[in-house]
Amino acid sequence: MEKPRNERAWLLVLPVCLIVAFSAILPLMTVVNYSVQDIVSPEQRVFVGWEWFKDILRDPELQAAFVRQLVFSATVLAIELPLGLSIALCMPRSGWRASLITVLVGMPLLIPWNVVGTIWQVFARTDIGLGGAALHGLGLDYNYASHSLDAWLTVVAMDVWHWTPLVVLLCYGGLRAIPEAYYRAAAIDGASRWATFRHIELPKLTGVLTIGVLLRFMDSFVIYTEPFVLTGGGPGNSTTFLSQHLSTMAVGQFDLGRAAAFSLVYFLMILVVCYVFYNLMTRGERDDLAKPEGKV
Amino acid sequence: MARIELKGLGHRYAGADEDALRPTDLVCEHGETYALLGPSGCGKTTLLNAISGLIEPTSGRIRFDGIDVTERATRERNVAQVFQFPIIYDTMSVFDNLAFPLRNRGLAAAAVERRVREIAVFLDLEADLARRARRLSAGAKQRVSLGRGLVREDVAAILLDEPLTVVDGQSKGNLRRKLREVHSKLRPTVVYVTHDQSEALTVADRVVVMNAGRIVQVGTPRELFENPAHTFVARFIGNPGMNLVACELEDGRARVGGWHLDLPAGLAAAVPNGQPLTLGVRPERARLSRTEVRGAPRTKVTRVEDFGRHHIVSVRLAEVLFKVKLDDGPVPAIGDTSWLTLPPANVRLFAAEHAVS
Repeated sequence: MEKPRNERAWLLVLPVCLIVAFSAILPLMTVVNYSVQDIVSPEQRVFVGWEWFKDILRDPELQAAFVRQLVFSATVLAIELPLGLSIALCMPRSGWRASLITVLVGMPLLIPWNVVGTIWQVFARTDIGLGGAALHGLGLDYNYASHSLDAWLTVVAMDVWHWTPLVVLLCYGGLRAIPEAYYRAAAIDGASRWATFRHIELPKLTGVLTIGVLLRFMDSFVIYTEPFVLTGGGPGNSTTFLSQHLSTMAVGQFDLGRAAAFSLVYFLMILVVCYVFYNLMTRGERDDLAKPEGKV
Repeated sequence: MARIELKGLGHRYAGADEDALRPTDLVCEHGETYALLGPSGCGKTTLLNAISGLIEPTSGRIRFDGIDVTERATRERNVAQVFQFPIIYDTMSVFDNLAFPLRNRGLAAAAVERRVREIAVFLDLEADLARRARRLSAGAKQRVSLGRGLVREDVAAILLDEPLTVVDGQSKGNLRRKLREVHSKLRPTVVYVTHDQSEALTVADRVVVMNAGRIVQVGTPRELFENPAHTFVARFIGNPGMNLVACELEDGRARVGGWHLDLPAGLAAAVPNGQPLTLGVRPERARLSRTEVRGAPRTKVTRVEDFGRHHIVSVRLAEVLFKVKLDDGPVPAIGDTSWLTLPPANVRLFAAEHAVS
């Protein structure tokens, strides 16, 4: 039987198309426009092809920022996911304690990003900051304003403090969704705490962990506000990540062609990495869907 | 395999204002199968979970072979339990699922291999051993669950909580047979929770009928059928259940709506005074006659149900619909006059719901 066709249905999609065009496609096309031309003023512009792209990919400063960015993202993922999962496993299952701890754990997520930067700026100060002064008191020569490593570690600590709660809440929700019957079966089967985690909890958390990895990767890869407020990218270039490098290029030096070319590359990098992550982490499930069900 | 002894075992869930299980005594003898039978919410699963240690009873003691295990964790009780819905370890193969309880107890690899293969053959899972367990159908998953329960040879008891609920008709019969087979081979102590009486009666040596948090009667299927201890059992067991009608005692006979019915010898003397009496007869034991029988109640047929192999004919006796099961012979029509005869040997009396004997 033929389905009735009604071309007027397109009208219903039109508003969405318009909104997406104005909010996403047109701005993006502007960026594309800038990335392939050298625009001085609307009248004075030259088509330059791949020149900007070649230029930025050869830029040693940008390459250094890229490496810093990768190391930073890998570090925060490696800390935040296991830490968040461990905290979620230790949280009580129900009762007023569970509610209280959930609220306390979630608190850092509610703080605006630039405020997070300011909080840590004060916290890490060696004269009046609790954290910085404490480290000093322990005899450590800590100073995030002048030592590169200290600055980097402080940014990592800040990100862990700010974003681990997201992983905790995701994992906590995932854990609560596991039916009690699984734990009962594990107890009957004599499973140790580790075996219960390995064979019941971890497989059931794959979904939320995938989301956690993707969100934390994307966010940490475009991190801007907090290090900008805390260290301004310094000392030297030690905490200058890609987004800050980009904004310096675009807003500071008004180098729009190179900034546009790099924006597109940046966008593609995130897209590709997320695509690869997602496919790796959901591989098992998709295999199952593709195969037919077994016999009864 | 162990003898399980429950002493005053009771449980009330946190926040509930009534006991899910009232203090109960029960002994499950070594090597026998017990079915816990009763309607939903009667406390049968609570009782089972208390035996396995999944819940901590609020009162009473549990002993396995005389050893008090009330305080022991599930892991240390060495029981196997199969749940109503299949629980499988998603990421493991069928083989690993079956091997899991053995490996957790540190059994040598060769012994694990041998035992898993045995169970797989037994449950028709050989072909699936290498497959990921989550890809199986619901019925096969439940067989894997069951296999994990049966795989350990040294368990104190096997506890089954409505294990055939998700299994479809034909596999249900197969699995039921398998369970009987396991039992005759290994003689484990089995406790089987079900609300399905035909399942209970076919699987179990002894049936424990429960209602509203209490054990009402423990007995063989035959005992429950012939001599229910309580009107609840009389009604619950049998399909349809026992006919029950209020009666009074008069000169050693029961009077029901103006008719006098004979009782088994000596029964009238055992009736306690001043309690409401109920007379009961199984539909299978009652007879209908189309010609007059002296002294038998004269009744009108009000309903005839055809079940293929038998008919259930309902007649009205003292405002109660009285069912008679007819296996063969002529079937009366609605409106026919019939004389209802109740062989005295099959008549039961209940005083305040409890059987008189």
